[in-house]
Formats: sequence, structure tokens, C-alpha cells
Amino acid sequence: MRLKVNGEEIDTAAATVLQLLQEQEIRPERVAVEVNLKVLRRADFERRQIHEGDIVEIVYFVGGGRHG
Amino acid sequence: MDDTLRIKGTEFKSRLWIGTGKYKDFAETVKAVEASGADVVTVSVRRVNITDRKSENLLDYIDPRKYRILPNTAGCYTVDDALRYSRLAREAGVSDMIKLEVIGDERTLFPDTIGLLQATEILAKEGFIVFPYTNDDPIMARRLENAGAAAVMPLGAPIGSGLGLRNPYNIKIILEASKVPVLVDAGVGTASDATIAMELGCDAVLINTAIAAAKDPVAMAAAMKHAVIAGRLAYKAGRMGRKLYATASSPIEGML
Repeated sequence: MRLKVNGEEIDTAAATVLQLLQEQEIRPERVAVEVNLKVLRRADFERRQIHEGDIVEIVYFVGGGRHG
Repeated sequence: MDDTLRIKGTEFKSRLWIGTGKYKDFAETVKAVEASGADVVTVSVRRVNITDRKSENLLDYIDPRKYRILPNTAGCYTVDDALRYSRLAREAGVSDMIKLEVIGDERTLFPDTIGLLQATEILAKEGFIVFPYTNDDPIMARRLENAGAAAVMPLGAPIGSGLGLRNPYNIKIILEASKVPVLVDAGVGTASDATIAMELGCDAVLINTAIAAAKDPVAMAAAMKHAVIAGRLAYKAGRMGRKLYATASSPIEGML
């Protein structure tokens, strides 16, 4: 299944957001995820199904005090 | 005497808040944060690098159990972007605190205060503890307070300029009128600038570039720590009045 993750087209076997994070080797406790412009609660990572063509954004905190 | 800064039920042990941008690496960031004595550190929200997944995480260095992580919406130029980043930050983090920036112009990085006011109102209603980065306009400070801001953060000078407080009189007016804490954000260039902000009666200052861009950031972080403490103590002590002519400090009595 093809998805767009952080602007990149990727192929994934993951069925849920949590599986996608695991596949990408990203620790779920340190990120926030948005699917098709909807911000998810962390508790929903496991339930939230992903579908062909979804646009996923995975973000985390980086150094920044002022402007990025 | 208890002089703890409290905002919306949260206690802050330091009146110096620091940003974590522009440091050489995480190790230097940590050393500067430690030297500053700050308990609030600001961070930005950015995409995880999915092609280099092993890249290090800031929170592996800045322990969120030890520091209050204050995410910002730096780089957002519209209300929608600021809301989106705020909601993501809340899920990525551990609190409802958000340092709200809606930037109006790339060259000055001055805030778009109309967008800022709209975003403040929406986020406050969603339960966020909003710290808006605003200009030194007392009327806008009042509007932000009325819109539900937990504090107001007027700039001292443009972000990263190091020009110090360009309009201390406006900051003073904001302080006199404000019922929420006032934190100077942006503009501090060196320790004396931070002291001046605190002597005016500001509740705290937020500093990034003045520390990160110093030749020795760790030493400057320590300088800022003392500067903020000195300014606060001087404010609480109450300065003497200014006089044009001398007043002798030594007694006249007993002179030969």
C-alpha cells in the first residue's frame, strides 16, 4: 500500500498507525501523528487504520527557541 | 520570602526560560540549559526524518521529567498553521502549554498580532495554556489577556537581533496594566538586557540566541542566570530615586 509520510511516498505493509511507526523504527511515545490533517491521540495509534493514499505526518520536538 | 513564579497553577523555579535552537549540538544545549538554571525550555515541532530514522531525539537529552517542555509554533505564518502545530505539540508532549507565534513578516519576524489574537482565543477555548509572543503594544497585550492568554510575551526587540529592550516604556505600561504575567521574549543580547527587563518588573525572560550565539554559550547561560536573579532582586528591593545633584553618603558631623 502506498502512503505519503512526511512528504515522501512510501510502501508499507502496516495496517495501523502504530504498525507504521514500528515499521519506520519510530518510538511512538516521542511523536505526534496526523492523518489527513487530523491530529491523533496517542492512545488511538493502535486502533487507527491507515488506507491507500493517506497523507501522514509524523512530528517530534527539535531544538528551537525562537524561529525554526 | 516566597517569590515563586506561578502561572495557571504551575510553579516555575526559575524566571529565566531558554530556547534550545541554534546550538552546536545536543551536548552543548544540555550544558547551557544546566548552567542557566532554567526549568522551562522551548522546543519546536518538526517532521521526523524518515530517511534517517536513527537521528537523535532532543528529549533523550532534555529530560521532560526534569524540565518543562514548552513547544512553540515558530515558523507559522497563518492562524491555521499555528493551530495545527499547537495541536500536534500537545499530542507529542506532556502538557497543554504552547508558546504561540504567528509570524507576520520574514525579515523582522514581528508577530501578526491579528492572527495571534484569533489563535489565542481558539486555543484557550480548547484548554491550552497559551503564551503568545506579541509586540510591545499595551493594547494588544490587553486584548490577548482578555482572549484567555495565560501570560503575555512582548518582544524586547526583533528575534535574534540582540538589541536589548528597545521600548522599555511600553513594557512598563504593559506591566502596569496586565493581570497576567509578562515575560519578555526576544531581543535580549547580553546579561544587562535581561537585568533591565527584570528590573522593570517582568515576571521572566525567554532567551535563546543571546546564549546560543555567544562565544561561550555555557558561560553566557550562567551569566543570564545571575542577571535575571539580580534584576528580580533589584525590582523587589525598589530602586532609589534619581537625583540630578549629589547627596553625600558620609556624615558631615564629626568632621575636623
